[in-house]
Amino acid sequence: MKTFGGPVLFLDRSDINTDEIIPAKYLTENSKLALKPYILEDLKLPGFDPLRDTKGKGVVVTRSNFGCGSSREHAVWVFEVNDINVVIAESFARIFRQNMFNCGMLAIELPGQDIDALLSLGGKTTIAVDLDKETITARGAKEMTCKFALNSFDKDLVQAGGWLAYADKKY
Amino acid sequence: MGKTITEKIFEAHRRDTPSDNNVVLDIDVVMCHEITTPIAINDLEERGMDRVFDPARIKVVIDHVTPSKDTKTATQAKILRDWARRQHIKDFFDIGANGVCHALFPEKGFIRPGYTVIMGDSHTCTHGAFGAFAAGVGTTDLEVGILKGVCSFRLPETMKITITGSLGKGVFAKDVILRIIKELTVNGATDKVMEFCGPVVDGMSMEARMTLCNMAIEAGATCGVCLPDRVTAEYLWPFIQDEYKNIDEAVVDFRKWHSDGDAHYFSEKTFDVSTLPPQVTYGFKPDEVKDITEMAGTMIDQVYMGSCTNGRIEDLRAAAEVLKGRKIAGNVRAILSPATPKVYSQAMDEGLIKIFMDAGFCVTNPTCGACLGMSNGVLAAGEVCASTTNRNFNGRMGKGGMVHLMSPVSAAAAAVHGALVDPREML
Repeated sequence: MKTFGGPVLFLDRSDINTDEIIPAKYLTENSKLALKPYILEDLKLPGFDPLRDTKGKGVVVTRSNFGCGSSREHAVWVFEVNDINVVIAESFARIFRQNMFNCGMLAIELPGQDIDALLSLGGKTTIAVDLDKETITARGAKEMTCKFALNSFDKDLVQAGGWLAYADKKY
Repeated sequence: MGKTITEKIFEAHRRDTPSDNNVVLDIDVVMCHEITTPIAINDLEERGMDRVFDPARIKVVIDHVTPSKDTKTATQAKILRDWARRQHIKDFFDIGANGVCHALFPEKGFIRPGYTVIMGDSHTCTHGAFGAFAAGVGTTDLEVGILKGVCSFRLPETMKITITGSLGKGVFAKDVILRIIKELTVNGATDKVMEFCGPVVDGMSMEARMTLCNMAIEAGATCGVCLPDRVTAEYLWPFIQDEYKNIDEAVVDFRKWHSDGDAHYFSEKTFDVSTLPPQVTYGFKPDEVKDITEMAGTMIDQVYMGSCTNGRIEDLRAAAEVLKGRKIAGNVRAILSPATPKVYSQAMDEGLIKIFMDAGFCVTNPTCGACLGMSNGVLAAGEVCASTTNRNFNGRMGKGGMVHLMSPVSAAAAAVHGALVDPREML
């Protein structure tokens, strides 16, 4: 079973939408890998440089309603091909969240105060996810552990490696 | 305890219950377009699973970039076209017959009350206007839908949205839904179904109901839904006349899907729209909405009329009323993309296309085009568009561009005025 975690990319804003994650003009690509250089291209945050700041990251920590807008799974794939397989947020848009689990990736919801605490840890933070215990451990300016809850079906999808593998066996 | 329409549809389609919160539903219609489907097709081929669960229940259209604008979009169209042929999918719509999916498929009678519908497109919620459960999904859900005819959903709760009063002159379904999104915010309905009811909805055409349901996703909703009634039956009559003796019988049958009087709702809200003025978005989120009077005088560069929200015949008729005998302002370029060939042809028969052209509009073929900044009217940085579409995200219609969402009548008035204006002054 694959492990989840790594250095953290903090995106301190709510309502980051799919067009910001991957603009529609790149939806003409027919391979996931081709999306790689365009990650978060249209996201405007103070001091944020998408290519520089996503390099080497494995986890995104952000605020509420992450991934709102379009149904494009490209918004999940562009993280996947950049080796980011966990997004931790206060809440997600439904389709984005489902797309994450459908790809065997983790969309973890935490209360606002936990997100605040994570965001205060600073730029060099790393996060390790323990899927069995349903905890994340963050190491940055200090160390903290947060408990999360995963819907059992979502967990099954992650363990199966995604919805296609799950559904092909079962239906 | 009674049930909502969505609970009834879920019950009738439940294939599996993989957890307390999740169900797997049998899907009646899987719809496909050339942006989100080719990667699913390629993946199925690579896995040696290049087959479909039922070609009759798969509907396919090339609509987002059509005619293809470059090699990449031509390749996407070709992948979809070749697959539709290979899989014997009869309902495939290519150039000459294609139109914006959420306008075209209802026109073809593919959506019926009580159906479950998925598509790799967030505005699939439009089809809830027919009393269906219709949800946008990603490519993996689409791929499983194509292969197995199933899709998983969390059990959605329902927000009952009752719309009362009567719409004033120059105020339309678009203004109503913008006002509702403003109040709910962009994630106020996440994981919820928005059930639209009340006298204003009862009095709306199917076109207007589709506009209403189309933008449910902009409040985060899984689906928008209207209860199927006589308006629904009359719209669908050409396609269901073999199933019922007469329209009355269809209307009675449709009632089996109606939410029960004692159904449980997550929340209930009432909007009295009697004094609602025309609405417009001002920012980069669809809940950033103001009365258009507050934005009057905002200069624009482009007007875009079309899309799955407002490219239907009723929209064109309403806009043409403003444009008749008038010219667009010198600082504006204006684009009309009728949503389907039928809308286009009907607009020609009714003399609407001539009104648009005489006013100075460029009339293009049906396509999603500029709505998502892929072709057909992309903005340059710093440009402003008065648009009848559904999303105003930063960069949506072109990097650095600004989109103000509004009704077709407000967009037509802006075209003539060269700036945002209260359209009621021009009616």
